[in-house]
Amino acid sequence: MSPTEKRNLILAFESSCDETSVAVIEDGHKILSNIVATQIKSHQRFGGVVPEVASRHHIEEVTLCIKDALDEAKVGYEDLDAVAVTYGPGLVGALLIGVTAAKTVAFAHNLPLIPVNHMAGHIYAARYVEPIEFPALALLVSGGHTELVYMPAENQFEIIGETRDDAAGEAYDKVGRVMGVNYPAGKTVDEWAHQGKDTFKFPRAMEKDDNFDFSFSGLKSAFINTTHHADQIGETLSKQDLSASFQQAVVDVLAEKTKHALADYPVHQLILAGGVAANQGLRERLERDLQSNPTTHLVKAPLKLCGDNAAMIGAFAYVAYQHGVFADATLNADPSLEFDWAADSVK
Amino acid sequence: MKILAIDTSNRPLSVAVLDDATVLAAITVTVHQKHAEYLLPEIERLLAMAELKPTDLDRVVVAAGPGSYTGIRIAVTTAKTLAATLNIDMVAVSSLATLAANVPVEGALVAPIFDARNQNAFAGLYRIKNGVPTAVIADTHTDVADFLAAVNKYGEPVWFLGDAANFSDLIATTISAATPAISPWLNLPQVATIGLLGQKLTPVSDVDRFVPNYLRLTQAEAEWRAKNPEEDTESYVEKI
Repeated sequence: MSPTEKRNLILAFESSCDETSVAVIEDGHKILSNIVATQIKSHQRFGGVVPEVASRHHIEEVTLCIKDALDEAKVGYEDLDAVAVTYGPGLVGALLIGVTAAKTVAFAHNLPLIPVNHMAGHIYAARYVEPIEFPALALLVSGGHTELVYMPAENQFEIIGETRDDAAGEAYDKVGRVMGVNYPAGKTVDEWAHQGKDTFKFPRAMEKDDNFDFSFSGLKSAFINTTHHADQIGETLSKQDLSASFQQAVVDVLAEKTKHALADYPVHQLILAGGVAANQGLRERLERDLQSNPTTHLVKAPLKLCGDNAAMIGAFAYVAYQHGVFADATLNADPSLEFDWAADSVK
Repeated sequence: MKILAIDTSNRPLSVAVLDDATVLAAITVTVHQKHAEYLLPEIERLLAMAELKPTDLDRVVVAAGPGSYTGIRIAVTTAKTLAATLNIDMVAVSSLATLAANVPVEGALVAPIFDARNQNAFAGLYRIKNGVPTAVIADTHTDVADFLAAVNKYGEPVWFLGDAANFSDLIATTISAATPAISPWLNLPQVATIGLLGQKLTPVSDVDRFVPNYLRLTQAEAEWRAKNPEEDTESYVEKI
């Protein structure tokens, strides 16, 4: 970029669940600021996210996050090129705070407004590692979603497989609760898993089926039955071995399905993203699997950008900006927003 | 002083733009309750008609609750973001007082009521003093019968507004004094009125920390506080 060329600056908002976040992103790949106010401590009182409580926290934080994001980036409204916001999927009341605030800022300063799908944002956290090369495949794993997304070209997303019941992160939280771990349980279960062994051999659901869908409810039930039975006969099971067995089953299913998908969809990059992408067991397994793959290399979303944040929203917003994808002042939250299914998928 | 006033506390959406004591444009809509979708376009339209830009605004006046939780959050998020981003004043008015302001009768007792289901309501009792609704019974979330019994103790005619028609039988049997019949128009917020009143009110000192007046804890929070009475409830959100 020549010094005379103006940099593109996007003010991005994210409020789909329990984090209020505002970021300033330069040219889609440089984070000037990424303010994240997390409500985890609040929801831990209740053992999980309470939607009305989440909405109430977002409205407390949102304008402070805007100010901090601009201050830290050392830019003013006059420097901005656009405002971007997550408009779904997520909790409707939570989404509405970010959407309303972003729309209002865009209106007040006469800036274009870019609507961003939260899942596209998660994928574009990988943009902070390296440019995305197409075609690409993304394994998106979070508390609310588990899906394989094929990207034939920039700004094109097609679901080729998704969970039929629980999301992987949801299953982590549920088995965590059984072992006395508060939400979000992923990190602790991951740590215990590394100290234990897969002794319980829980079922791997749909691993061999001829599709790219996932299922974790059977695994969760097997886990609960095992611990329940042990409780009844007064036996104490190793949390480390339980965690290792659970995690091994989750990772096997995710990795096997991804391997099948890569066989049908040859791509340059496999992108691992979403909150559960921070899981060390999953990261290590995919690294190993991809070592022997001559054509596809693994791009893992940076650990600190796996959870919800506005920097990832700004990264994809830059792509949308180039493609002229804008919303007007009627933009609403869409809690069940999702990518289209691939036309030739074996759903 | 250029003022924008907004209320989306319940089904009606009401927006007005004023220049000092002159109402430039005002609108109240009841045909839908899609405030997230329609509030900002209506503000855009009204400002355009008034030939004003957002940056021309000096003050935003908002009906800040009680009401529908989502509704009051949309109005307050819009108001506080406008105030913060344009560095202008924000004035918050009770959504019940906003309705009470519809009664232009000096000295009148006015009881705005929002139906909160199961014989509960958000309600308050106001006296119109020098043209301004002044709280006599503070806004509360209450059993409707209890509220009406408290109102009846004043032994004066009372103007019932808002969703009062939902409780007309109870009002008829509880209130012994007169209850003047009113135009249905007065049951809807007309925010030009709080736009006028809001010019004289003190702006909110900390816009960033301002939250709607829900008048109710969430169920989860209430249960948690009952079990943990000594815990500080202020520091549950942290920057990471």
